[in-house]
Amino acid sequence: MPIGPIGDNGLFDQFIASHSGENAWIEKRRKAAWNQFHELPMPRKKDESWRFASRLAFEFNDFKLVEQPDATTIGKVVERSNLNSSALARLVFADNYLVHEDPLSMDLQTKGVVFESFDQAVQKHGGLLEQYLFREEAHLGSEKFVALNTALSNCGGVVYVPKGVVVDQPLLVYHWATKENVAVFPHTLIIAEEGASVNVIDVYQSLDSDAPAFCAASGNIYAEANAQVMRKCVQNWNQSTISFQNDATAVKKDGVTKTLAVNLGSKRARFENQVRMAEPGSHATLYSLTVAQGDQEFDQRTYQSHDAPNAVSDLLYKNALLDNSRTIFSGMINVAKDAQHTDAYQTNRNLLLSPEADANSLPGLEIQANDVKCSHGATTGQLDPDELFYMMQRGIHKRTAQQLMVFGFFEEVIEKFDNEEIKNNVRELVQSKFHL
Amino acid sequence: MSEQAIMTEEETVTTIDTEKGNFSYDTNYEYDAGIGLNEDVINYIVDVKDEDDWVRNFRLKALNVFNRKDMPTHWATKDLENIDFDVIRYYLSKGQTPSRSWDDVPDEVKETFERLGIPEQERKFLAGVEAQFDSEASYSRMKEDLEKEGVIFVGSTEGLKEHPEIFRKFFGKVIPTNDNKFAALNSAVFSGGSFIYVPPGVKVSQPLQAYFRINAENFGQFERTLIIADEGAELTYMEGCTAPKFETATLHSAVVELVALKNAKIQYITVQNWSNNVFNLVTKRAIAEEGAEVKWIDCNIGSRLTMKYPGVVLNGEGARGEVLSIALANDGQHQDTGAKMIHRANNTSSNIISKSISIGEGRSTYRGQVHIPDHLKNCKNNTECDALLINTNSRTDTFPAITVRGDGNSVQHEASVSKVSAEQIFYMMQRGLSEGEAMSLSVNGFVNDLVKYFPMEYSVELKRLIDLEMEGSVG
Repeated sequence: MPIGPIGDNGLFDQFIASHSGENAWIEKRRKAAWNQFHELPMPRKKDESWRFASRLAFEFNDFKLVEQPDATTIGKVVERSNLNSSALARLVFADNYLVHEDPLSMDLQTKGVVFESFDQAVQKHGGLLEQYLFREEAHLGSEKFVALNTALSNCGGVVYVPKGVVVDQPLLVYHWATKENVAVFPHTLIIAEEGASVNVIDVYQSLDSDAPAFCAASGNIYAEANAQVMRKCVQNWNQSTISFQNDATAVKKDGVTKTLAVNLGSKRARFENQVRMAEPGSHATLYSLTVAQGDQEFDQRTYQSHDAPNAVSDLLYKNALLDNSRTIFSGMINVAKDAQHTDAYQTNRNLLLSPEADANSLPGLEIQANDVKCSHGATTGQLDPDELFYMMQRGIHKRTAQQLMVFGFFEEVIEKFDNEEIKNNVRELVQSKFHL
Repeated sequence: MSEQAIMTEEETVTTIDTEKGNFSYDTNYEYDAGIGLNEDVINYIVDVKDEDDWVRNFRLKALNVFNRKDMPTHWATKDLENIDFDVIRYYLSKGQTPSRSWDDVPDEVKETFERLGIPEQERKFLAGVEAQFDSEASYSRMKEDLEKEGVIFVGSTEGLKEHPEIFRKFFGKVIPTNDNKFAALNSAVFSGGSFIYVPPGVKVSQPLQAYFRINAENFGQFERTLIIADEGAELTYMEGCTAPKFETATLHSAVVELVALKNAKIQYITVQNWSNNVFNLVTKRAIAEEGAEVKWIDCNIGSRLTMKYPGVVLNGEGARGEVLSIALANDGQHQDTGAKMIHRANNTSSNIISKSISIGEGRSTYRGQVHIPDHLKNCKNNTECDALLINTNSRTDTFPAITVRGDGNSVQHEASVSKVSAEQIFYMMQRGLSEGEAMSLSVNGFVNDLVKYFPMEYSVELKRLIDLEMEGSVG
């Protein structure tokens, strides 16, 4: 792996040279993406897809690809990669390097299940991945950062589950930033063939509590007919990190996907999530939970694209805002002309816990079919003062009472983690943001 | 069109319908600023209207702003690019002073408005009427008792001349020239529109009405309305608009500014029924001071493209703003409407209810903005948008934008999209209604909880218009 500032052409050339084992089509897509990255202008506040977002004030060359972390660091991150002790398999990445791997059982491997790091997977299964990798087009505003991810990504989990195979325990992927000014480019790819089922969790964390870092992550899910895919992300970078995450999901006939994002970290985090209901009967659920504090800015853009009839999509994004934090939720449901009998929902709930916090909501609908059930709702408000009074009257400290109520607000999303240990760990992470 | 043809056609026009406005007269205009827009056009308008230098400077500056600003196509429809500003006529009039007596109105103008039923309506229930024909008011009259109480209701041209001390104080203060490209265009070439001032404590119980008519082809109408309700005053204002169906596109770009001072109430009702070739790009905004209440009732049935988002700046404590909006988009129409509520004081509340119906290939869009900044307490907003889609190729969009900070503020936004229930239609058809009648009834039911807030004459007219638009839409 080369090292150096990420905006540098020389770095990209070295990157390509050091990845000469990759298939020609990957190199071609990387080169096209690198050009696109340079050609696209930096998003501006005036752009409709960046409405309400604050100005992007950083230089790409402030961040760099770095050398592999030392053994002590690796020891620390592996030890702390412990969201779930019963995980079936685990991949741990630090600064783009694979530093630890608990592989799948032989049984699953013989069934043809793949759970490997990005660079291993493209070397071994290049032909299989060609129709999936770097294919989904981003269109929610972060095209520049997606292009950068495509050009420079070589880490992240690649999951492939063959027809009819059920992987019942979660697969865990940890992404760490350990050095100052490091740039990381995690890429997650999940392919579930017909009738397959899989559950993947991505965790993003920083080793140091205040070293600046940059992340442009990307995730793609392909759920074939009758497949079931769950993907959960816990984004807990330190509060000096700038992070972009762009996820795209495509769901085929009667397939089911569920994505869940817990957003806690970063100085500013942009999270784009687009889901495409590609065939009839597809079903997608999108959950998100965000706790914003200090000067954090969480910018979330979603797109539910109904291209086929009889599909269902349901989105619930909940934000709690403390201090001077800001959140932006911009969602769109697009129902194509022939997508009759669509059932699409979009809900954004903002809980303002500080008078200085700033919640922006842009829930949108674009509907071109007439026989549909579509609705969206956005609410912004405070904790109910009567409920708070009730608890305080019973001797519960104000902050604790608030916290209980906020947890009540979040529990709706946390309970979707359907694994007790992970639920408790996530609750703890959320709790740690309420420093009493 | 010959006199005979008009007569026979008039006989057949017995009810209010969408075709009612589809006629025009060859008129010899005394004043014509020519085609296209440049400084000479502005100077021509100023000279003809004999305006002061500050108005000239205001207009010229606005022209600059207009030329500088881009079309807002990064968020709005690309259809705006089809407006060719170079082929439009910006000022056309037959004279500068509106008649006070109906008999003095020029014949073809009189016939225009008689066909549209203007003097009848005045006799029936209005406190005052102003009728605008292309660029200038051709008729303006108000009941004498109101005049005695100090109510002013004149065309904006007259208001600017006769009451500069009030006019200038509020003019351009609610909607500044650089608000948007079309507000700048209006500021450059505005002519006509109403100027109303209601003195403190005066409650005008009957509505004041203005009627806007485009007669000439390739003409742009740019009226400017300024309404001021002084402390504790109340008024209701209604406007209607029609134009003949020309082959080429026509532009209507108005600016309407309302000022409701302490505890004043203004209700502003629009029934927009431009023909399907009119680009209707209107900026409407109100300022509501302490305890004041502003209600926009906005019905958009005509035009090719309407972009209109009536707003209320809630400037004083306890102010209330409301927008009730009905939009009906048929084939070839795009109703891009909505509302803006800008909260700027504590304990202010706002309410937006929008209902849209898309028929055939019609497209309706709701765009809204609600803004509550961080220093405010106990502000509330409620937004409801319901869309009804009639045919499989109808289209609807909803784009609200909500920003909330501060203490004790809450907003809720809800939108739903539905189609007419097949069971309802079946039920009605079983009882002997045709499918079209059943559909009309169902659509009227959909808008009914809004229509009941309208003055009676308007709700009747609106229901008929909906019936007509629904004709032939089934199947």
